[in-house]
Amino acid sequence: MAKPASTLAKRADELMNWIDKRLPVTAFWNATMTGYYAPKNFNFWYYMGSLALLVLVMQIFTGIFLTMHYKPSATEAFASVEYIMRDVDWGWLIRYMHTTGASFFFILVYLHMFRSLLYGSHRKPRELLWIFGMLIYVALMAEAFMGYVLPWGQMSYWGAQVIINLFGAIPSVGDALTEWIRGDYFISDATLNRFFALHVIAIPLALLGLVLLHLVALRENGSNNPDGIEIKANKDENGLPKDGIPFHPYYTVKDIFGVGMFLLLFAFVLFFWPEVGGIFLERDNFIPATPLVTPEHIMPVWYFTPYYAILKAVPDKLLGVILMGSSIVVLFFLPWLDRSPVKSIRYKGAWYKVMLALFTIAFIRLGMLGMAEGTPAQTIEMRVWTFVYFSFFILLFFLSPRGKTKPVPDRVTH
Amino acid sequence: MSKQSLIIILSLVAMISTTSPVFGSGGENLENANINFRDTAAVQRGAKWFVNYCFSCHSASYMRYNRLAEDLGIDKDVVLRDLAFADVRIGDTMDIAMRPKDSEAWLGKTPPDLSVISRSRGNDWLFAYMKSFYQDESGGWNNLMLPNASMPHVLWQLQGIQQPVWSTHDERAVIEHLELASPGLQSPQEYEQTVRDLVTFLDYLGEPSKVKRKNVGIWVMLFLVLFTLVAYALKVEYWRDVH
Repeated sequence: MAKPASTLAKRADELMNWIDKRLPVTAFWNATMTGYYAPKNFNFWYYMGSLALLVLVMQIFTGIFLTMHYKPSATEAFASVEYIMRDVDWGWLIRYMHTTGASFFFILVYLHMFRSLLYGSHRKPRELLWIFGMLIYVALMAEAFMGYVLPWGQMSYWGAQVIINLFGAIPSVGDALTEWIRGDYFISDATLNRFFALHVIAIPLALLGLVLLHLVALRENGSNNPDGIEIKANKDENGLPKDGIPFHPYYTVKDIFGVGMFLLLFAFVLFFWPEVGGIFLERDNFIPATPLVTPEHIMPVWYFTPYYAILKAVPDKLLGVILMGSSIVVLFFLPWLDRSPVKSIRYKGAWYKVMLALFTIAFIRLGMLGMAEGTPAQTIEMRVWTFVYFSFFILLFFLSPRGKTKPVPDRVTH
Repeated sequence: MSKQSLIIILSLVAMISTTSPVFGSGGENLENANINFRDTAAVQRGAKWFVNYCFSCHSASYMRYNRLAEDLGIDKDVVLRDLAFADVRIGDTMDIAMRPKDSEAWLGKTPPDLSVISRSRGNDWLFAYMKSFYQDESGGWNNLMLPNASMPHVLWQLQGIQQPVWSTHDERAVIEHLELASPGLQSPQEYEQTVRDLVTFLDYLGEPSKVKRKNVGIWVMLFLVLFTLVAYALKVEYWRDVH
């Protein structure tokens, strides 16, 4: 304390030098933060990535505390969750953060993916970036599905029953496969225990690895932007992109503001509406799991319902499973399905705007229908929207090379 | 452009969510139980009804007596004397002596634990359920909300006996409403209050931390508003140099 500031600063420099000779901290920081130039025209849609990362970290931390009190056993799981909600200090807060976080993770990821559809962020040279993102999405679905089984309520049990039985539709190996997944002839303690292991260790590790690859791939080519043009094509005399600004501090401070806005919404739901009317936390999941009573109306959590609706739209089980699987697999091929000479919706013609709007309505509407009880009229509607969903990809492939475009500017519009 | 597309998308979402309702297709228009979860007096009264009328058959196994004492502002000794069975300690959970196997043999079905019943059934349903018991033709108890429920009307002394008024609808006999055939100890208004108190208690039982959750939530929101304002000012300050 008694030392003058300049000496202290010198000491700090020396320490940093000492570290840098052994671990390239400064070089890494410069390369990925201060020396990394991002387009200056990011808008609302560009908050989702950093927010998804925030939620991932939050899920891991709240998850660690939940595992300290949760018991992965068929006889104790339900009670241990209530124990967390009642007897663990601030346990209710940790648990609600985790449950609300799960739903918000999907909201953010869906918006993040939608951003790609708007501005063509998956197009060349960012195909691998998109594929890593898709792998994250698939891993996230597995993570969420297994996490939902853990409270061992009726929806945990019967939702798992429905989803695991989908694998039974596969010819010849189906039944053996479902048995292998469950580790038993029916969903039981063995299933719960392995899902716990996968939920807390295996999939989070995979997720972290994939997120790392996603970020490395992002830093390699840099972010796309709402104009869908490459800022690296226009550099100044120092070799820096004219339309770029250093990620740190410009986007770090902007993202902090985004974090504030997001947390306001997040906290509102968490503290005042954690069940979201039975959508984030389903009512039937407050009944302990029992194999003896089938709930009247089984449905997965909201983020799976668009796919569930596609499954239900098809009368044949195997065909339904194939179609549902394809609805996710087709997304992997997006970078090659869109063959338009321009990336951003801003410079695509009305054909793309109409298609994307219809696709968006189809996805949301399928999500709503997937939660519904399934009247004959709803089944017909599900078929219509399933058709619209797949038409988007097919039409995109054929229309994108010849669809009208507008001239793309050299510089970003800001 | 992005603002435009955002507006288009939001209006699309609004459009599809207002047309053809998918949610709440149960067809039951339940009366609002109209409870106030902050009304500690109502929770206390409900606790009394619960212990006197429900607690011999229904457990609340995730709830501890000391938590009850703390949240309801009742002395621990009073809780042990008036709300608990003999031989329990203040840190115990609210279990019952009846074994599930026995109750199944005696009643046909083990009465469910009521710890989180308000979260699975909902307050409005519970409110309607406890007002919908009636004496059917066989002389036994039945319930409009849960036909052929094995639960008898344990509150009948308070409410009295309701009997159905039938009418024909599409050539089928349906119960139009229930009529109080013989009055109980309470007037219909008093009974409704009793049921409301009971539901207030069950709501508390379902999530004892609810009051704290909402109280803390207000402070968290206020902090976040402040945080976001500061973050916004910081962003504006830094972004002055862009362009």
